[in-house]
Amino acid sequence: MRTFRGVAYRTGQVFAPVVLAVIVTSILLAVSGAPPLQTLAILLQGGIGSAAKLALSASVWVPLTLCSSALLFTFAAGLWNIGVEGQIILGAIMATGFLRLFPEGGSVLWIGGALLAGMLGGAFWALLSGLLRTWGRVHEIFSGLGLNFVALGLTLYLIFGPWKRPGIASMSGTEPIAPSFWLASYLNLPCSPVSLLLALVCLAVVAVLLGRTRWGLRLKAVGQNPNAALLVGLEPNRRILEAMAVCGAVAGLAGALQVVGVYHRLLPAISSQYGYTALLVAMLASYRVGLIPIICFFFAVLTVGSIQLPLQLQLDSSLSGVIQGCLVLAFFLVQGIEAKLRMQWGRS
Amino acid sequence: MTDALAHALAGILVAGVPLVLATLGETLTERAGVINLSLDGTILLAAMSAFAVSFSSNNAWLGLTAAVGVGCLAAAVLAVVSLLFNRSQLAIGFILTLLWRDLAYFLGHPYARQQGAQLPVWTIAGIKDLPFLGVVLGQQTPVVYFSLFLIPFSWWWLCRTRAGLRLRAVGEDPRAAYVRGIWVVGTRILYTLLGGALVGLAGGAYSLAVKPGWGRPQGAEGAGWIALAIVIFGGWHPLRAAFGAYLFAALQVVSIQLQDAFPAIPAPIFQVAPFPVMILTLLLVNIGDIGWLHDLSLRQPWLRRWLQRLQVRAPAALGQDFQPEEDS
Repeated sequence: MRTFRGVAYRTGQVFAPVVLAVIVTSILLAVSGAPPLQTLAILLQGGIGSAAKLALSASVWVPLTLCSSALLFTFAAGLWNIGVEGQIILGAIMATGFLRLFPEGGSVLWIGGALLAGMLGGAFWALLSGLLRTWGRVHEIFSGLGLNFVALGLTLYLIFGPWKRPGIASMSGTEPIAPSFWLASYLNLPCSPVSLLLALVCLAVVAVLLGRTRWGLRLKAVGQNPNAALLVGLEPNRRILEAMAVCGAVAGLAGALQVVGVYHRLLPAISSQYGYTALLVAMLASYRVGLIPIICFFFAVLTVGSIQLPLQLQLDSSLSGVIQGCLVLAFFLVQGIEAKLRMQWGRS
Repeated sequence: MTDALAHALAGILVAGVPLVLATLGETLTERAGVINLSLDGTILLAAMSAFAVSFSSNNAWLGLTAAVGVGCLAAAVLAVVSLLFNRSQLAIGFILTLLWRDLAYFLGHPYARQQGAQLPVWTIAGIKDLPFLGVVLGQQTPVVYFSLFLIPFSWWWLCRTRAGLRLRAVGEDPRAAYVRGIWVVGTRILYTLLGGALVGLAGGAYSLAVKPGWGRPQGAEGAGWIALAIVIFGGWHPLRAAFGAYLFAALQVVSIQLQDAFPAIPAPIFQVAPFPVMILTLLLVNIGDIGWLHDLSLRQPWLRRWLQRLQVRAPAALGQDFQPEEDS
């Protein structure tokens, strides 16, 4: 009987936010004059309707999964790393810059070099945020966000300046990298198995590092109580920088993969706001590694599916963001209501 | 020359309106101990609503009212989830800023790039004919005059009234305030809504006066984050915060001028310029806490005085939740 109640309780915890989000979204759609059911069908069909669309969703799933799992490091250390977006961009810039050294193409090994360069770039950008926090006492929300805009400005500068395509400088990005540096894809689908594999490896590494190592334990201790951590010699500042660097490196890897695996060039929209969405994913997953791939898949489907909205229903594609936001908000609301009820039951 | 300066000042007053309103609103909210991180999205949602309502009704005042209402409602969501149900203010605020932004783009889609109503320009007869002041203040939109009135008013309210004292007590020491019979959660909700209303007004000022119209992007993106940083720069004090807001507005005006003067430098450089400046100003107000500089200042009195002038201190209970049920 008790287990039955437990299961019912868990199911309620999961479904209540979903139902809430669906209700809110349906109201919104009704207000904007769109048929709710048809819209949701288009969203799903656009995301998983065919092999190509599924592969497109997978190509969104990879950077989202990388960034969400990277964020678990900084969340564990009690940091609000809003700068992931900029760290992705720096990864993309560094990877593009590295591959531009070989305009004629070259060995596949250089792809590995580009990925490493991307990781370095992301780690560097995250460390700037971390140093501003530990040394300059600037909260990482502001340094991270400011650096996001700086990274975007840097991209635009490169695209319109030193790296512009001969003759035409436009928002469409830099000259493509040499085709020998494009990550191999399976059956010409828009997602490379290499990227998928890297994302899975990353999930495993994060799970082990945070759950099974002394280092992960130290990070969490610093996140739980920085003052106590300082007293017992855990060097919170050093842990903060380490968490930032590791998170930035993974975000930078995501950016580098956007270049070699998806766009094959540097674009203004190279990060596609994945950094911000990843924060939502990490919160919705309550910082548990196991839930991240599932939520990322759902979010990726929504993101890809929403591309169809302007074409088929003259709706703005930001609907996917609205659904994602509603879902996370509803999740927190349900959690809060539950805590409040539990407290009242506990007292009576 | 003086005429050019007067025109520049008039431009700064206009550009500063949304920043001043949002900064003062957030200052009041944060003085009550609540961080509303959703400013950036709220400004966009309010800007969209203001434009949509004034477009449909052909009445800019109705649009401005809608903006205030939307700002209030947007803050109410934060108040309910994080103040009544004790979820993290930072988490909810961040979620909301993304949610409001996407909602603004979604609902505002049909109104993109349309011609709509704008706020009128008021001519103040007595001031208009004065030599210098006439150019600066003689002919402005009502939101400019309101923002100029709000700066001293919010200072007076916060620092010179009983209500302001209660507000500060709630932000500094909610427990003590609770024991003294102040309804902590109620006060916090009130100032979250009030701050939200001002942030909404900031959004309305954008789409009806400062950067008229609606589109994606509107041009207000990022302003909310800058306002949040100015609150810190302003040390949670209305007068200093307003000064900071005008400083950033001046930066925006100057960057537009510079863009014309140096066409060779790509425009995006000027667009992102406020953000490194934001980081630097935050670095500046925290500079007294930096280890070696702090040690040096202990030996050099003049340095200590300067650092103390820059330094700011946040309301002690900022961002912490308060549950009166738990203590006895």
